[in-house]
Amino acid sequence: MNTTHHLNEQMLLAHSAGVLPEAFDLVIACHLYLSEQSRALQCCYDALGGVVLNDCEAARMSSSALSATLHQIKTGPCDCHTPKICTGTFPEPLQPYIGDNPDNIRWRRMGKGYRQAKITTSPEASARLIYVPPSRPMPAFEQKGTQLILVLKGSYRHGESRFRRGDIEITPPYHSEPTMSCAKKGCICLCATDHPPKTGWLKRLLPSL
Amino acid sequence: MRQETTFASFPDAATTGLGYTRVMSTRHPPDDTEVAQGDRTDEPDWSALILRVRDHQDEAAFAKLFNHFAPRIKGFLIKSGTDAVVAEECAQDVMATLWHKARLFDPARASAATWIFTIARNRRIDMYRQQSRPEPTDLPWGPEPQAEAADTLALAQETAKLSKALESLPEKQKNIIKRAFYGELSHAELAQETGLPLGTIKSRIRLALDRLRKAMS
Repeated sequence: MNTTHHLNEQMLLAHSAGVLPEAFDLVIACHLYLSEQSRALQCCYDALGGVVLNDCEAARMSSSALSATLHQIKTGPCDCHTPKICTGTFPEPLQPYIGDNPDNIRWRRMGKGYRQAKITTSPEASARLIYVPPSRPMPAFEQKGTQLILVLKGSYRHGESRFRRGDIEITPPYHSEPTMSCAKKGCICLCATDHPPKTGWLKRLLPSL
Repeated sequence: MRQETTFASFPDAATTGLGYTRVMSTRHPPDDTEVAQGDRTDEPDWSALILRVRDHQDEAAFAKLFNHFAPRIKGFLIKSGTDAVVAEECAQDVMATLWHKARLFDPARASAATWIFTIARNRRIDMYRQQSRPEPTDLPWGPEPQAEAADTLALAQETAKLSKALESLPEKQKNIIKRAFYGELSHAELAQETGLPLGTIKSRIRLALDRLRKAMS
């Protein structure tokens, strides 16, 4: 799939280095699933990791380590599940979080046709699916921390740019350009933020309507 | 700030080969074949050994991989703040995973070190998070997963150059990259790191990227 909006270098490096909160890794994994360009780029950052690993000072292994590992290979469980190609709205990395059947996603109505479904991840950041009805502003992004927004279905416009399936946006702390979901289909996004929600954050999330 | 500049921001040097000349001009003649083969003649062809594990469950090949990579994985995990005993266990786990997942290894897309790094990194994350890292990497790519020999060689060349590009960075920048991979820098710290050294290695990454994209198409 061809995508137009990708990750920045800092985020790619952080993802490669494995220092992101789970919610961010999830959004990025879904983006990589949908964007071959980003996947190729991510491979290059992983290659840097390979260089760092290979140049790492070796630490002596115990003399029995090899035989113990071979024993483990022959007797231990084989974690070799066969990956499946996923053609629906929700990319494969999301499936462990939402289950196989998208009908079972627990959407909560937020008023004015907006819906959201929280996704449980480690607590340093939070993730959720958001549905924005057609021709509506995107929920206002919070003004602190980092947010990732990945389009899964439909599209939205942000200023002059249009974000379609697979496109990802990293919001700055502040922005004022208007946003608007697609007139026909609305927009389903996977979002993550590392700014802890406070009481009443649902109200802040919704734009003034 | 919109995030659509990832590709656009690569310098023209990437396509004109200027970065390539700069990186390569230190010791090696600008000949791809010679660089790839002459770069690490002291090292076995690790990718070929993984393929032997994949295709023949070759324990001798595995032992060579183990003797080279397990101590490095252990060292890497200790650098990342892991206790030595746990690091040893994890290094064994990573090598066992290599055996089990060898069928997913595609030498046109990743060097042996790169692939093993991703396994080790994910193991480290799982340790902290006690949950699997969401990751699409196990998925076969494109309709033809088998690597062409030329692609494998090309990738080996790009990786060798990437290694050189990293080594040729000023000490401070090299340290940022290394510390990032050791997990010493948080993503918030990385996000503020405007002096990322990727400018120097962008052209290298871009070439490797073109390689990968060809391999995938």
